[in-house]
Amino acid sequence: MKKKIMTVILGMAMAASLCACGSAAETAAPAADTAAETDDASTDAAASDAAESTTDSKKWIIATDTSFKPFEYTDEKGDFVGIDMDILAAVAEDQGFDYEVQVLGWDASIAACQAGQADGMIAGASVTEERKSSGWIFSDGYYDANQCMAVAADSDIKGFADLDGLSVAVKTGTMSAAYAESLQDEYGFTVTYFEDSPTMYQAVVGGQVAGCFDDTPIMASNIKDSGLAMKLVEGTGNEPAAYGFAIFNPDNQALVDMFNKGLANIKANGKYDEILAKYLGE
Amino acid sequence: MEIIITRYGGLLIKAMGQTLLLALYGLFFACIVGLIFGLMSVIKNKPCNIIAQVFVFVIRGVPMIVLAFFIYFGVPYFLNTIIGLGKQVTLTALQAGTICLTLNCGAYMAEIIRAGIQSVDIGQMEAGRSLGLSYGKTMRKIVMPQAIRTMIPSIINQFIITLKDTSILSVIGFPELVNSAKNVQANTFLSFQTWAVVGIMYLIVITILSYAAKLMERRMNRGR
Repeated sequence: MKKKIMTVILGMAMAASLCACGSAAETAAPAADTAAETDDASTDAAASDAAESTTDSKKWIIATDTSFKPFEYTDEKGDFVGIDMDILAAVAEDQGFDYEVQVLGWDASIAACQAGQADGMIAGASVTEERKSSGWIFSDGYYDANQCMAVAADSDIKGFADLDGLSVAVKTGTMSAAYAESLQDEYGFTVTYFEDSPTMYQAVVGGQVAGCFDDTPIMASNIKDSGLAMKLVEGTGNEPAAYGFAIFNPDNQALVDMFNKGLANIKANGKYDEILAKYLGE
Repeated sequence: MEIIITRYGGLLIKAMGQTLLLALYGLFFACIVGLIFGLMSVIKNKPCNIIAQVFVFVIRGVPMIVLAFFIYFGVPYFLNTIIGLGKQVTLTALQAGTICLTLNCGAYMAEIIRAGIQSVDIGQMEAGRSLGLSYGKTMRKIVMPQAIRTMIPSIINQFIITLKDTSILSVIGFPELVNSAKNVQANTFLSFQTWAVVGIMYLIVITILSYAAKLMERRMNRGR
């Protein structure tokens, strides 16, 4: 009797773990698909209609960051939206290609593109010569931004000189990290690496670090819309660079070309301005 | 592979040093905490038993990553904002990491110690008491030495688990090996080489520790 009970319990446990694996994979894909259809409801319809155009019915896998408002983020309703998502949807509709978004996080997206698990990434990635020479292949820029430092709203820090002996948060592998690293010896602060922007902002607001470096529009958006208790420090910005859609595998050049053509088209027909106005309210 | 070793080797070794430092702090305090709560769960005092059981129950029921976020972000927020102490309470990543490891490892150690003590024949305690020794003396001189022999393999196991668990603390920004490895990977894009090197580094350190532990165990058992 005991043996029978054990076999039954083990069997149920195995079945349950298999179910869990299956449903986890499935919930990721529908969420990404619904996110891709936020504004342009007919993205998939348009893609399948124009399937005979530029490329075959290949589904491009595009990786993106988890939370980089207003370029990609999850809104209150639970939909994954943002400027990057809308631009991608508009370009895909214009060019007629099919795609799937995978929300992996910043360094995970880079790793996935490198390893071939994703075809490209759109995640507020700055176009720089250094990146281009280390294997990044960028599209034309679709937004200009720079990085700067932000501190807690009630902080006394007015510039880099006040950072001596303190610690500053950055996001691994970003322009902000590179910018902070280039200044740390001169001003005597230490750099702490976090995986994503929200955790970084938490550390600033909670007082665990003295300030953080991140992209200016993202911090501005969070401060204005989400009531984040931080303030940007004047005079700490670096040279602006454009955001670009990136791939790492030269074989996917067709995707970049389509993106460039699509971007030019949506800029010409006003869709681009519409998207920016929706998220940046100007 | 060479790039990782030559250009970033120094960085990774420094990070490994941080990992070991954190593990050392954590294990040191965890042994103390584990001993206290382990003993509290075996002595004849009901309130002590309950406190120890609740401690183990709560800490074992929460994944360590949740504990790390809770201690590093949640507790200061609670004390500063909700209670209103206003920015005075902050923890560095090292402090929060040490507390997290201490609690986590301590809870498991408490259970190991309890099991070790209870595995010693009750006759030993009875014999000691009937010879006129106090409870404390019997524990220290008769029961514990026998219990420790049983506990050593489990304790070594727990040490190794705790050393590997330091990697979880990369999420609160502590500059240990995994956090540094992510930076290396982000700068070089060599995922295979980076993680292979880091994996081998962990392997080497843990092998050395296991070997040292085996020697210690053999020395303790030489009396038998």
